[in-house]
Amino acid sequence: MSNLLDLIVAGLATGAIYALVAVGFTLLWQTSQTINFAQGEFVMLPAFLMLAVMHLGAPFWLAVLVGVLLSTLLLGLAFKMLLVDPMLRHGVLPLAIATMALAIGIKEAVKQFFSAEASPFPSIVPVGDVSILGRAISLQSLGVLAVAILAVVGLTTLLNRTSLGHQMQAAAQNPTVARIIGVPVERMILLTFLINAVLVALASLLITPIYLAKFSSGEVLGQAAFIAAIVGGFNQVRGAIAGGLLIGVVDNLAAAYVSTQYRAAVPMVLLILVILFRPQGLLGRAEERTV
Amino acid sequence: MRSIILAGLCSAVLLSGSAYAQSGAPIKIANVAELSGGGATVGTNWKNGIDLAVEEINAKGGILGRKIEVSHADSQSNPGVARAQVQKALDGEPYVLLGPGYSGSVKVTAPLAAEAGITQIMGGEAAELTQSGNKFLFRTSFGQQSSMPKVAKYINDELKAKSVAVVWVNNDFGRGGRDVITKEFNRLGIKVAADLSTEAGQADFAADVSKIKAAAPDAVFIYVNEEESARILKEIKRQGVTAPLIGETTLVGQKVIELAGDAANGARGHVGLTTDAPVEAIKAFRDRFVKKYNYVPDHNGLKGYLAIYMVKATTEKMGKVDSKAFADTLHGLTIKTSTEPNILMDVTFDQNGDIDRQGFLVEVVEGKQVVKQVLPKLN
Repeated sequence: MSNLLDLIVAGLATGAIYALVAVGFTLLWQTSQTINFAQGEFVMLPAFLMLAVMHLGAPFWLAVLVGVLLSTLLLGLAFKMLLVDPMLRHGVLPLAIATMALAIGIKEAVKQFFSAEASPFPSIVPVGDVSILGRAISLQSLGVLAVAILAVVGLTTLLNRTSLGHQMQAAAQNPTVARIIGVPVERMILLTFLINAVLVALASLLITPIYLAKFSSGEVLGQAAFIAAIVGGFNQVRGAIAGGLLIGVVDNLAAAYVSTQYRAAVPMVLLILVILFRPQGLLGRAEERTV
Repeated sequence: MRSIILAGLCSAVLLSGSAYAQSGAPIKIANVAELSGGGATVGTNWKNGIDLAVEEINAKGGILGRKIEVSHADSQSNPGVARAQVQKALDGEPYVLLGPGYSGSVKVTAPLAAEAGITQIMGGEAAELTQSGNKFLFRTSFGQQSSMPKVAKYINDELKAKSVAVVWVNNDFGRGGRDVITKEFNRLGIKVAADLSTEAGQADFAADVSKIKAAAPDAVFIYVNEEESARILKEIKRQGVTAPLIGETTLVGQKVIELAGDAANGARGHVGLTTDAPVEAIKAFRDRFVKKYNYVPDHNGLKGYLAIYMVKATTEKMGKVDSKAFADTLHGLTIKTSTEPNILMDVTFDQNGDIDRQGFLVEVVEGKQVVKQVLPKLN
């Protein structure tokens, strides 16, 4: 039983990171029908940007700030203006394929400019345990969970409680009407891309100390987050969050109670079941588009 | 008359050219290694070791007056790609084939080299590799059949462990090690409290470490590749497992220490080669390597370096560059540091291509490998 609690806490911590990445999937889909198959690589890249800044002699906190800023510019602004806008005119499928190419490009570039080898990455959460209900729970798991929850709460507050968030929702739900009532739709869409870039940078900061900085580490993350977004509901932020947490826990429990070899198959089975019996996802709404 | 003189001059030039091709042309050596993918640490160290040795030998005039020319190909840590790259390399008729480092890749490429009659000097450690009668395959480090009994003996004699959790990577390397050590544990009456198979490239070890905690073993034997070793060591520290952690070179290597940081402290293992060995020639090698590449190599850097000096010593023993006679010469050969200082330690190759050399038991203390015991050469 105590083992189960450890597994669930560790699963929730990993799942919270999946959730951050999955939320990015849903945001981009909502505002611009973009399925970003480079989302995993978007999580991998900020860690390398931060490492590059640290190699120049900057302290960790400064590297984080610069890394997040560079990620926002590269993975938000440049991604939208140089890839999404030109490709989206040709439809969703060419754009999806273009993001696959982008994923390969980012991976190879990181391999070329940094190294094919893994690098250590500092943790923002100290290593150690805290006692909860008589059980020693990893401080790092709790820290990751807390930061991810704060980010998600901040995002949902922005979307639901602020004028800016309402404008973003309006732009996502019906861009034509939103334009008529004066919502700067293009700016709202750009803002979504920037938010996605910040979310992936945050995910990168949280996951890389555990997974290590490596050019290929985005593959697993991107796939897990994509499954999480579909399982939870591609058209609902809360669905992506629930999907992320669920996949994190299911993956860990599968590794412990099914087998390590088949751990990757269990979330896939869940994905197939959801597609068969609830195609809109566990918390998604059929044919409805809200941020 | 002028045409006869011209023809004579042309013949002389052509003849001297062909003589040059035989005696002065570079010796072509092909290397196929894990330069990207999960084994990038292995392959990059191996390649850098090779390049350093080649640079040294060429600077001193080469082997028997001929320079060495090495080509590097990337197996991407994938046996299928390794096979294709080895085939391509063999088509270029190299003098010797070096690599790969992964046992699975060695397993699928060794028959190709043997068929071509080209000696393959590799980094794989799986026990089965040298037990299939291949007369062209040679190791640069101990096989599992040599190292695992020493590890099991240490766990039994020094740690007095009665139960051990075994964590292994589900590939030829990991399975081979797991099979040999569990056999040794059975022989010594040590119970395997948990038998945990993990995947190459696995990122999340939370569930595996939870299982170790639940099994509460006296010691944990970890036999996975370097990056995964670092990840599991971090997770073990995160979950507060206090049992002694024992492994092989892949648990206590430089890259693991760099990646795992504090979490590597206390890990112990048997290493055939380490740059922290109390051997002057190895210390000098380490200094040269650090000067050239600006990092401390792991055992794979040493393996790559030694592979080239194996080629040099064998060729000089033959007194000629003869790829067909190379393997026969190396079988049973003892290369002594007195005749070839850069072989670093006296080494003997048996008829299977396995090696006999002194080894070390090390512990990671404050981020450094500390040699606790020197295990002498058997013969």
